[in-house]
Amino acid sequence: MPPAPAVSVVDLVVDRSRKPVLKGVSTSIAAGSVTGLLGPSGSGKTTFIRAVVGTQKVKSGTVEVLGRPAGSKPLRRRLAYVTQDASIYRDLSVKANVAYFAALYGKGRREAMRAIERVGMGDHADHLAGNLSGGQKTRTSLACALVIEPEVLILDEPTVGLDPVIREELWDRFRDLARQGATLLVSSHVMDEADRCDRLLLLREGRFIADDTPAGLRAATGTENLEAAFLHLIRELEEDD
Amino acid sequence: MSLRITFITAGRVLRQLLNDHRTVGLVLAVPALIIALISAIMDDAPQVFDKTGLILLAAFPFMLMFMITSITLLRERTGGTLERLMTTPTGKLDLVVGYAIAFGVAAAAQTAVAAAVAFLFLGLDAAGPTWAVFLICIVTALFGMALGLFVSAFATTEFQAVQFMPVFVVPQLFLCGLIWPADQMAGWLQGVSDALPLTYAVKALTEVQLNPEVTGAMWGDLAVVLGAVLVATVLGAATLRRRTN
Repeated sequence: MPPAPAVSVVDLVVDRSRKPVLKGVSTSIAAGSVTGLLGPSGSGKTTFIRAVVGTQKVKSGTVEVLGRPAGSKPLRRRLAYVTQDASIYRDLSVKANVAYFAALYGKGRREAMRAIERVGMGDHADHLAGNLSGGQKTRTSLACALVIEPEVLILDEPTVGLDPVIREELWDRFRDLARQGATLLVSSHVMDEADRCDRLLLLREGRFIADDTPAGLRAATGTENLEAAFLHLIRELEEDD
Repeated sequence: MSLRITFITAGRVLRQLLNDHRTVGLVLAVPALIIALISAIMDDAPQVFDKTGLILLAAFPFMLMFMITSITLLRERTGGTLERLMTTPTGKLDLVVGYAIAFGVAAAAQTAVAAAVAFLFLGLDAAGPTWAVFLICIVTALFGMALGLFVSAFATTEFQAVQFMPVFVVPQLFLCGLIWPADQMAGWLQGVSDALPLTYAVKALTEVQLNPEVTGAMWGDLAVVLGAVLVATVLGAATLRRRTN
């Protein structure tokens, strides 16, 4: 019997302002893996992520994380969520931001500093978050989640606006976390990040059009790169319409 | 509710406030300066100043805490940090009470400066004890905080939040007895005045002004304000949603 999935979603339907955003999606995400959630902007990625985190009102369907309903109280100690726009306090320093989130989980300044170093913000620890560049804010926001050492880490477009070196380092970091047993769900609209995932979910207009490994996807579509694979899938769908 | 998380939250809010030096300066200095101005204007009528100055001591922290809270909380709502906090072990009450503690400390510091200036340098006179004045001012400030917390749910921009001042604060200031005694207003306005919590803060202060001993009436009026703090806080906490659209 395969191990219980870290996240399982069954027939999830979400409406926003009376328009369907997710039209009955199902999937399950294996523990200790990195899953990429890909799709064009407006396809429902953030809504899907918010449903998994438990901050999205859902119309029907079930979302379970670590065997419990998404957003339930015990999960709040075990899951961390990094929103698309850096959700940090602009009028606090980098250190104070990370130390605050660390403290909520009973962790101290040492752990906070370590998380700051890990995202390459050590030299900016005393700077006010409001004065940082976009990429630095994103990294600070990420440090606020890493410091928790969550079992499930949900990241909404974490690498937008980051330079290639930092991006590379972060993906190495994500892989490390997965090796240590954490489950990661990472949304992105950059296809070259897809290859670093164990599994890919491709969302389009509120439906998954692919739920496969990168290799599986290449084989199924007979293409070499993933970008071409996705285009292939989308064209196929359009021909069916 | 977790006491530990409440205090961590209060510490974070206070640190945010302290990092903004200009705001700290404004919070501490402005009420004292305005009361000094009023005292200069009323130079010929010290007994009028005794009443007005005392009311202003409570009105200022009320106004200021309303503004600061509604804007800080609005930022928390629109900046994504509230959504993030809702995925952490932070409970709604942890957050709200944390805010109350932080802004209560700010209000106490503000009142201390303003009261020291008013009593020591401007010759403000009250028959009752200073600690009672202090207590009433802080509870009134907490009411401003709780009201700001509640109201921030109905604003989507900081611009709107500022516009709520004339809607929620100014009428209370006018009707509480600051510019005109409530018992000399038209009957229906007296009714409105009686329904506004700030009026009871003024009544309590008047009790302190007139009586050397703390009176039961003062405690009664203060209890009304405290009740309003609790109601507004609970309503405010209810506007924090874990799940949104």
